[in-house]
Amino acid sequence: MTNHWVDIKNTDLVMIMGGNAAEAHPCGFKWVTEAMQHRKAKLVVVDPRYTRSAAVSDIYAPVRVGTDLAFLGGVIHYLLSNDRIHHAYVKAYTDASFLVKDEYAFDNGLFSGYNEEKRNYNKASWGYQMGADGFVKADPEMQDARCVFQLMKAHYSRYTPEKVSEITGTPKEAFLKVCEAIAATSAQDKVMTILYALGWTQHSVGSQNIRAMAMIQLLLGNIGRPGGGVNALRGHANVQGITDMNLVAGVLPGYLRMASDAEQDFQKFLESRSPKPLRPGQMSFMQNYPKFHVSLMKAWYGAAATKENNFAYDWLPKHNTAYDVLAMFEMMAQGKMNGFICQGFNPLAALPNKKKLSAGLSKLKYMVVLDPLDTETSEFWKNFGPLNDVDPTKIQTEVFRLPTTCFAEETGTFTNSGRVIQWKERAVDPPGEAKPDYEIVARLFLKLRGMYAKDGGALPDPILKMAWSYTNPHAPSPAEVLREISGRALADVTDPKDATKVLAKAGEQLGGFALLRDDGSTACGNWIYGGCWSQAGNLTARRGTADPTGWGAYPEWGFAWPANRRVLYNRAAASPEGKPWDPSRPYLAWNGQRWAGADIPDMRADAAPEEGVGPFIMNPEGVARLYAPAMNEGPFPEHYEPFETPLGANLMCPDNPKAVSNPAARVYKGDMEAFGKADKFPYAATTYRLTEHLHFWTKHARSNAITQPAPFVEIGEDLAKEKGIRQGDKVKVTSQRGEVVAACVVTKRIKGLNVAGKKVHHVGIPIHWGFKGVTQNGYLANALTPYVGDANSQTPEYKAFLVNIQKA
Amino acid sequence: MASLQSLDVVARSATTTPTPSVRQVPQVAKLIDESKCIGCKACQVACMNWNDLRDEVGTNIGVYDNPSDLTPSSWTVMKFFEVESKESPLEWLIRKDGCMHCEDPGCLKACPSPGAIVKYANGIVDFISENCIGCGYCVKGCPFDVPRISQKDNKAYKCTLCSDRVAVGLEPACVKTCPTGAIVYGPKDDMVSYGIKRSKELQERGFRNAGLYNPEGVGGTHVMYVMKHADRPALVDLPANPTVSPLVSLWKGAAKPLAMLGMLGAATAAFFHYMKVGPIEDKDDEDKVVEANGAPGPSSAPRGSSVSSAPTGRG
Repeated sequence: MTNHWVDIKNTDLVMIMGGNAAEAHPCGFKWVTEAMQHRKAKLVVVDPRYTRSAAVSDIYAPVRVGTDLAFLGGVIHYLLSNDRIHHAYVKAYTDASFLVKDEYAFDNGLFSGYNEEKRNYNKASWGYQMGADGFVKADPEMQDARCVFQLMKAHYSRYTPEKVSEITGTPKEAFLKVCEAIAATSAQDKVMTILYALGWTQHSVGSQNIRAMAMIQLLLGNIGRPGGGVNALRGHANVQGITDMNLVAGVLPGYLRMASDAEQDFQKFLESRSPKPLRPGQMSFMQNYPKFHVSLMKAWYGAAATKENNFAYDWLPKHNTAYDVLAMFEMMAQGKMNGFICQGFNPLAALPNKKKLSAGLSKLKYMVVLDPLDTETSEFWKNFGPLNDVDPTKIQTEVFRLPTTCFAEETGTFTNSGRVIQWKERAVDPPGEAKPDYEIVARLFLKLRGMYAKDGGALPDPILKMAWSYTNPHAPSPAEVLREISGRALADVTDPKDATKVLAKAGEQLGGFALLRDDGSTACGNWIYGGCWSQAGNLTARRGTADPTGWGAYPEWGFAWPANRRVLYNRAAASPEGKPWDPSRPYLAWNGQRWAGADIPDMRADAAPEEGVGPFIMNPEGVARLYAPAMNEGPFPEHYEPFETPLGANLMCPDNPKAVSNPAARVYKGDMEAFGKADKFPYAATTYRLTEHLHFWTKHARSNAITQPAPFVEIGEDLAKEKGIRQGDKVKVTSQRGEVVAACVVTKRIKGLNVAGKKVHHVGIPIHWGFKGVTQNGYLANALTPYVGDANSQTPEYKAFLVNIQKA
Repeated sequence: MASLQSLDVVARSATTTPTPSVRQVPQVAKLIDESKCIGCKACQVACMNWNDLRDEVGTNIGVYDNPSDLTPSSWTVMKFFEVESKESPLEWLIRKDGCMHCEDPGCLKACPSPGAIVKYANGIVDFISENCIGCGYCVKGCPFDVPRISQKDNKAYKCTLCSDRVAVGLEPACVKTCPTGAIVYGPKDDMVSYGIKRSKELQERGFRNAGLYNPEGVGGTHVMYVMKHADRPALVDLPANPTVSPLVSLWKGAAKPLAMLGMLGAATAAFFHYMKVGPIEDKDDEDKVVEANGAPGPSSAPRGSSVSSAPTGRG
């Protein structure tokens, strides 16, 4: 979240799309009901299904699965063509006025530079126009045909309400009603928040779904403001924490981008990640990258990381190919992987195309499962009748199960969706021989280190020289690890402006990432968590309930990264002159000397408004990007059909077969053939969570099992009638990859949609059941889902695919 | 559940002796705001956890309601109603079902067993299970179809409004757990005024007929709803004008002494019938309520224990 849970109470309009906050985030939803009661905020829900969130909404609009970008493109068109944007904000805080290279083009569904064979773009033509002074050229009046604003206007002019309705199946009146509600927040004193989750990420265009909404929020002037922002609701108590620490292949802790094989030169590596400002006077904060990187290496390698050895740069793995989960299971399926450590993860249930996963796991020599529960993955080799019809005699994979502690059985931190790191104590003792993950990993490490020390190896140094100075090396305490993550001074840290002034003495915990240095004098395991355990102690354990300004910042509750800042980009809560956009919501303002208010300023505290430092300090532009060449499928979000489309064509470019689905999405050999077509699988399907369960965990808990005991699928009354299916009937749902048998919920809440003159029906498939647990057993829903991911993050397309359904 | 606060008992089933009246306590109420309820069932789980109840893991019969109805082990369940008409767009109304804690409780009036149902001064209607004879009269007497008779021990069960928590100054478990503030609890007067305030807010939001459900026919209730469509409680399966059945009122009045005798006879007869013939097999799954003939339904519990705890001594 750019903002945080409590801040939702400050909004005028809550939009829920690509998520179902009431269902999946019932506790956080209290801030929605708070805003609705006390600020008279309205709630808009856009979803293929009339959800529990929709049940308490003011406006609901249905949308066909996988067509969110057509909808959002239509919203952008509505805002631009009706001139309902926050002009001063767009002009000052976005790249709308920047000029784009003349070579950039978009034609019939494809951007310039497409390579069909490789399924990717050469982005050379997408950049900004650079002036002789080294800065981006801009037209402050935003009239130049090559400026971002004009290009954007032209790009989205194609997304008329009629076209949107034709593609999405959203009735035009419902679409326009949503547009109008959104457009009302373009007023300087109105703010909208968007709450989304995996309903946007789990598409082959997932990242662009979110970008499109970021663009809308920028056009409305809603980012950086209380009650605004782009807010991803995370699905586990600590999934934000694991993402911050390096969940995603290709990044190091704190989102520091890993080196690739081609980047063997340390200095070049650092330079490529420390961009110079693209506009005069901008901070381009990531110029500090070397400080963060070197401090990370000092945390990992201590004295062994020296200036002479480039702070152990050579010991860092450099990736030669993709290592996301889809890539991993592809390697497994090809027999290129022989061992798999599966920690806190149930891929057989959680990843798409169970058949392919099972085939991959069967080719492993060994698998080690670290989990508190009996997962399906750990018993993938066992026959459970039709639910898991495998022949154990043909599977040679050796499986080791190491029981770990569950969340209430271990001390540590949770980082919530709002980036608030919160310390927690173990509540109960773990059962049996269960051990915390960190103890298991530590013991594994020490064992391996012993073997390297004894026998040597091809490259023993990264293991042998790792710093491991914990009180109990076999079980580092969570407190020690959090102190290491937060950072400390290895030598006296002095003021760069005055070397005699010591800011932190050697050995002290650092107060924040501003004190990190690139000369090896500081160590920090994750720069964005810098200062969470300072000399003042463990700030994540704070439970102060003071809210001095009443805007819900709660500065003494836990510690929000970065720097205990509760709302990111909060400099944008004020006008360029430093006055709050909305005088009734004075969150942050320039007081003549410095930035002050309810929050830690996201800005150099003494940067006077006259200096013109933009609020988006992480971008070398200093402003936010409406135009983003970093995206793999194009600088502007464009509608593409899901890989399994009920239409078979992209109505934005119906005669271009290359641009039906995301042209830059990675599709492995064999998976393209495993995509179904509408002739055999005519219904649009989607998978989702229910409020009664958490993923595949709570089927092991009796209370949850009672409240939602057995697998089901949902269809609308019209489709049920067509198929002769009645309430509660057993039905069989099939895709090109597998099948699921479950009870059928026939509902008014899912309607057939009119899409391009054709009726498209939806089949809804909740995911929570499997062949382990205390609920009724069921088929794994991911037997059905397709093996393809988003072109940027590789998040699989669980939310839009094709099925058939019949009475079982 | 035994009565934990006998000083607070203001009404007691099948009892003619005066009730204590020295202690003064405020009337309480729980208010359920339908417009804030997201049907998350946290209240259901809190109820089963606080009261140490675990229902069977059931099946899916084609709806979101699970368990699909109140049972002896599920004292509150969420009921989901899909409402759509030509005039109004689709709505998904969600109601937390459970005991309404009537000011004039039909169950208590109907109950023939002394002290099996009591009403406390704070308004809570509680079943004192040790006194329950499982006759099922409370089921017939309830205008809201709430009590359920256990096939395990042949006793009636329903929400206690967490009388044990309330007695020590805590709010009911469902109130504590509700994430959206849809369930609130406090003095009845405060809850009524808050309910009226919320109804007005909903009217301003466009629900023209929003209102408070606190039906007069049963003297008002200590569980109330703020409803989006208070003009049509039937949309969420609530009676528009619930009253205590005239038969129960009659029974409670002139016919009571006679009926009492009859009841004792029936209970005794039932006991001997049970001892001789065994339980009557109830074939109809839907009818979980044991009819008021004094006979227990099919039981998976050991017969001996069921019989030995049968309240013949009180009959």
